[in-house]
Amino acid sequence: MANIVQVLVDAIALGSLYALVALAIGLVFGVMRLVNFAQADYITIGAYALVVPTASVTPPLLLGALPAAVMIGGVLLVVVVLALLTERVAFRPLRNSNPSTLLISSFAVSYFLQNLVMLIHTGRPKSVGIGQSLANAVEIGGVRVPGVQLLTMVVTAGLLVALVLFLKRTPLGVQMRAAAENFQMARLLGMPANRVIALAFAISGLLSGAVSLLLTIQTGTLDLRMGLMPVVYGFFATVIGGMGSLPGAALGGFLVGVASVLLQTYLPADLRPFRDAGVFTLVILILLVRPQGLIVTSAAKERV
Amino acid sequence: MKSNAMPSLASIGRFWLPVLALVVPLVLIVVVTGQFGGLSLQRTVVEMLISIVIVVGLYVFVGNSGIISFGHATFMAIAAYGSAWQTCCEMLKPITMSGLPHFLRDQSIPLLPSAIVSVLLAGAAAFLTGLVIMRLTGLAASIATLAVLFILNVVYSNWDSVTMGSASIVGLPTYVTAWLALGCAVLAIVVAYLYQISAFGLAIRATREDEVAAAASGISLYWSRLIAFTLSGFLVGLGGVLQAHYLGTVSINNFFLGFTFLALAMLIVGGMGSLAGAVVGVVVITAMVDIFRRLEGGISIGGQQWSLPAGTQELIIAAFMLLILVFRKDGIMAGREIALPQQPQREKGLING
Repeated sequence: MANIVQVLVDAIALGSLYALVALAIGLVFGVMRLVNFAQADYITIGAYALVVPTASVTPPLLLGALPAAVMIGGVLLVVVVLALLTERVAFRPLRNSNPSTLLISSFAVSYFLQNLVMLIHTGRPKSVGIGQSLANAVEIGGVRVPGVQLLTMVVTAGLLVALVLFLKRTPLGVQMRAAAENFQMARLLGMPANRVIALAFAISGLLSGAVSLLLTIQTGTLDLRMGLMPVVYGFFATVIGGMGSLPGAALGGFLVGVASVLLQTYLPADLRPFRDAGVFTLVILILLVRPQGLIVTSAAKERV
Repeated sequence: MKSNAMPSLASIGRFWLPVLALVVPLVLIVVVTGQFGGLSLQRTVVEMLISIVIVVGLYVFVGNSGIISFGHATFMAIAAYGSAWQTCCEMLKPITMSGLPHFLRDQSIPLLPSAIVSVLLAGAAAFLTGLVIMRLTGLAASIATLAVLFILNVVYSNWDSVTMGSASIVGLPTYVTAWLALGCAVLAIVVAYLYQISAFGLAIRATREDEVAAAASGISLYWSRLIAFTLSGFLVGLGGVLQAHYLGTVSINNFFLGFTFLALAMLIVGGMGSLAGAVVGVVVITAMVDIFRRLEGGISIGGQQWSLPAGTQELIIAAFMLLILVFRKDGIMAGREIALPQQPQREKGLING
């Protein structure tokens, strides 16, 4: 019994991480129909900001050397600034392009950023030790929950609540939802397009920053492609959930996380390396049954 | 106004002009570099010709349908591995790839049949994938092709007994010469051209311009896209076989995001709306990659050794692609084929008649 609870805890922890990533993707998609590949590099660069750029495998800490609160603030700030910068330089000029062009341009931005990190930090994986105290397990009702997983769940819950409050209760949040519903109409009614889109990027940067901290604490390593798999899972989560729907994105994130952990646990040992393939096949199957995703928004429907 | 059954030489020329305008310069490049170019330049030319096969294959689907595919490296990998299983390293195969079925493990298959089988395998894989994915539209289809790329990557990197995992399979016969690569590039261009002016090609180009209007005119989005996807699977499969037998090695990591990016960059920079765009894009990006690779390797200016840091080339290609997207969204060729201006007498005929 305790074993099943353990698996569930694992599943929910991973699911919350993917939900955060999916929300970051979904927010930006909502306001400008951009599926942002560069999200992966926001996560990577946030994590790399912790260390001094050297060729060393165990680099000295940069932001990581600061007290926890300042470190967290610093990483979040770096990622938010990066997200805003990419919006201003690469995505704003393309705002009226079709979604395919935007998708391709974000692919190019991602490739650019990834190679930039490689140029500055070299391509070698590095180890970084922050938040080691969180590795200790906490025992709750007979189930040992690693501190990192607990933290992931708490942070996700906190950010979800904050995001919902922001979207429902503040004027900017309402404008953002209006923009996601019908950008043209919202704009005609006085929604400040630039500010709302920039804000969406800033929030997605904030979420990505949180993900990069959680990931780094979890794995203790830095890698050029560390952001890739979470973001690919995040893509699939937003597609499963229904593109443009934020509850859908969060739901999709939890689903792929849970599916991933369940496959990892219950697949025979020989097949375990193929776990990701199983999850991705599941994604395609869900899309076959519900091509619009689980939660269909009015904005996703084709207008003629 | 078709007065005689035999088409005149001029009309044949006009028909084939978009193809000739691409093929003739390629032939010239091969002849000139073959005569006067150094070894490294000749290598670059062969790589460029192979890229043309691949990018034209990609164009058949992406260009005509307007749906971005991240999954085409999958079909290349399937063809390349297929060919490696059939032709590679007879002595080592029973040890390194022990999971292969007997007829592959214990013998080699002649080159031509093995190449044909591999290309067919890629086409079949594209058809089967397309059966599923072409039911989706727009962005969902693009993301699903990404899922396909990841699925294949995970499977081939871990299927150790058959694919040697993420290690390279080394020792494929290297029979690809500049002339063979040129022949295949011309074949790809001709196939793509005949397809895009056929009824199927026109139908799918209509869906690209307006899905709803095309569907209302009786075009099946599903079938038109499935045909294009399958055909493009065959062509990129051909590219995969060529690349495998040019390099002599096959490694799954060469068929992943980095490669996908480069192929898409070529298509976008040239302009994904036309065949000429696909070919021009390959030539431009290959030239840029080659120049910056040389600069990274180091050159001497005025007796001083000077070189760009490694990785500059990737940054510049990505930045160039972004600039193209911002300032010339339809690429260098802007969706046009190379053709003579429209015949004025035809219009006159219309007015008189």
